[in-house]
Amino acid sequence: MSNQSLSSWFKGGSPWVWLNAGAVSISLVMVLGLLGLIAVRGLSHFWPADIVAVSYMEPGSESITLLGEIVDKETVSALRLKNAGVELPEGRSSGQRFLLKVGNRDYFGLDFRWVNGPWMAEETRPDKVVAIERREWGHFYGYLAAVKESGELVAEGDAAWTELQKRVDRSNSLVAQIKTIEKHDIGDINHGLESLRLEQRQLELDGIAEGSLEHQEVAQSSQAWNEQYKVLQGTLTDLYTALNRDQIIMTMSDGREVEIPLAKVVDVYRPNAMSKFEKLGFYFHEVWKFVSGDPREANTEGGIFPAIFGTVMMVMIMAVLVTPFGVVAAVYLKEYATQGPMIRLIRIAVNNLAGVPSIVYGVFGLGFFVYFLGGNIDELFFEASLPSPTFGTPGLLWASLTLAILTVPVVIVATEEGLSRIPRNIREGSLALGATKAETLWRTVLPMAAPAMMTGLILAVARAAGEVAPLMMVGVVKLAPALAVDTIAPYLHLDRQFMHLGFHIYDVGFQSPNVEAARPLVYATALLLVLIIIVLNITAISIRNRLRENSKASEN
Amino acid sequence: MEATKVQHTTAARAIDIESLQRGQKLDMANETTCLEVKSFNLFYGKKQALFDVNMKIAKNRVTAFIGPSGCGKSTLLRSFNRMNDLIDSVQINGEMLLDGQDLNKPSVNVADLRRQVGMVFQKPNPFPKSIYENVAYGLRLQGVNDRSTLDKVVEKSLKGAALWDEVKDRLQESAMGMSGGQQQRLVIARAIAIEPEVLLLDEPASALDPLSTLKIEELIYELKDKYTIVIVTHNMQQAARVSDYTAFMYMGELIEFGATDELFTNPTKKQTEDYITGRYG
Repeated sequence: MSNQSLSSWFKGGSPWVWLNAGAVSISLVMVLGLLGLIAVRGLSHFWPADIVAVSYMEPGSESITLLGEIVDKETVSALRLKNAGVELPEGRSSGQRFLLKVGNRDYFGLDFRWVNGPWMAEETRPDKVVAIERREWGHFYGYLAAVKESGELVAEGDAAWTELQKRVDRSNSLVAQIKTIEKHDIGDINHGLESLRLEQRQLELDGIAEGSLEHQEVAQSSQAWNEQYKVLQGTLTDLYTALNRDQIIMTMSDGREVEIPLAKVVDVYRPNAMSKFEKLGFYFHEVWKFVSGDPREANTEGGIFPAIFGTVMMVMIMAVLVTPFGVVAAVYLKEYATQGPMIRLIRIAVNNLAGVPSIVYGVFGLGFFVYFLGGNIDELFFEASLPSPTFGTPGLLWASLTLAILTVPVVIVATEEGLSRIPRNIREGSLALGATKAETLWRTVLPMAAPAMMTGLILAVARAAGEVAPLMMVGVVKLAPALAVDTIAPYLHLDRQFMHLGFHIYDVGFQSPNVEAARPLVYATALLLVLIIIVLNITAISIRNRLRENSKASEN
Repeated sequence: MEATKVQHTTAARAIDIESLQRGQKLDMANETTCLEVKSFNLFYGKKQALFDVNMKIAKNRVTAFIGPSGCGKSTLLRSFNRMNDLIDSVQINGEMLLDGQDLNKPSVNVADLRRQVGMVFQKPNPFPKSIYENVAYGLRLQGVNDRSTLDKVVEKSLKGAALWDEVKDRLQESAMGMSGGQQQRLVIARAIAIEPEVLLLDEPASALDPLSTLKIEELIYELKDKYTIVIVTHNMQQAARVSDYTAFMYMGELIEFGATDELFTNPTKKQTEDYITGRYG
């Protein structure tokens, strides 16, 4: 009886349903687990954790006080602890070790320190501990002793804290002003001088004699720029003097007093004195700084805005390049070319292109686009600036083009699929009304195939946004001096190098000198990369769905 | 043709009037020739599909092609507007004249020809656009974009296809939301919007329910005033109801051609008689 029910269970197809559902569940769990891990690890980094003060005594040395955030803890076996010189009380098989972020890298040498649980005593969370986010050397933890202005004492003790907050706001706004001048105004002047230099070089190349009218004009303009520069430099000097006015005296955990110029301070906060609500506010402030700020300290501190910008920019330029190209190729292959062995061969080749390792495209992009195309463009149009290359060097345009040829097979295949799905009788209906083949294509077939083209584009974007290897050869850099879009004509600088989230992950994770500090940023950046790909895809999908509604194919 | 001015409401009446009209005997000799086929042969690759077809199609009459599946009646119909050009392997010889001009001459512009010889297909094939844009499609192709002209033509064509009252309030809605019968009438409206001389109907009612079929038949009846209509049908009752002349084809050959009354009541060929009495097909 049970035998029969088992066989009928098999016949009924239930095992298949279970198998399929199981496979789907496992995939789902894996994806959600991955996203969850990245999200938790990445997002928790911005939480202003409490700072603990512990007295810590290694056997054979004096007790010291440590001040820092507990960022990790692990349970280790008694044997390992014993090997490390730690004796556990009788009967316990394991003990704990803590990773303490003690900061103050410029004084302590290392800002992370593993400490053994059994040697710790007296853990407190003093309200007065101040955490300082600095422009250099990472975080500082300590007690605020005094605030000074040009070497003169201004406030001490409790009053110093309110005074400090005011002055931090002031110095931050000064820093912002300095940055604007250095980046924009002086940037404009540099650009102006550079274009004058190129003009002059061009005049020399054209064989126009020194001392001619043109040369004089160039010299005059250059004079004007230099004067502007002098004025700006004066302003800058004043700003720097103002910025360097304030200093604070901090007491470190070991009792030493150190002076920190306020110019080096980004943020001060007292996590132990913050309420949950204040912490939440600070958390979002930190996340915003991460998303919108520029990186500092070899990318291990600060924000990643240039990388976000570079990634989105590159994907969009790639989409603009790949769609028309892929669609035109697909239309020719499907609609115009005589179907035969040649076309079949081409189609197989196109499909196989999608399987070529992406680094190969990188090499091709470097050899063909950068050196050959870019080099020739430089010789033809940017002769004056040689030997320093303009387009003959990796840049945004070449990276986008390389990714465009990497993803073009996807668009071609999807578009061809879409074209072949247009019912024959729709084409005949159009032709029967006196439309030529081209008119039928433009007015009826292509609009109906638009959702399929969008599908191709979605797949292309998904692939391109995650690609890193080829980009390293054709335009991505660790730190780009300027964004590809700015206020200087022609506003979009396709020749510039750019930062990319994928490469940023690799760079921060594996090339950074301070691994512990960088690890949470790797997760946060990864999360952001995934989010951006999702946003790009959702945008494309919603466009496709709108197109679909507009042109539901006749299927009745 | 006073009969066509009468509003047809039921098929029964349509047939009544038709039989009344049949009182005056139809004769090819009294007709103006619109299309003429002269020893026409057609090959799909090596396979011959049409064998030496000769016939004349009368102006402003309905001519029906009947015959079993695969007998070449659709192929012949599609030759009238050169739809067979779309198939690479097709080769033809013989002549096919539209108003005395050979329509297969290299100098003939196919798009122009198809404007003169409109076609409606078996399955309704409206474009995934609005009802209005479907009807205006042919005119827009000719470069007519003036709104008021388009409005007029759209209204006139939809009225001509007996669809205006049903859709006049939703012209901007997608044609894909209409019923099959409405879609087929829309396709007819689309075809007559560019005012062709000839209208080719390839089994226009075979995918429709009986009521929609009835409407299409009434429409054909009304349209023959202005257009020369050639219809392919599997339904012999339909051929009998709507057509003035009928051609019976079998295995790529034209077996018999004559006034519908004659052909159905008094077939001269044995094969025709067998087919219309339902012995094969």
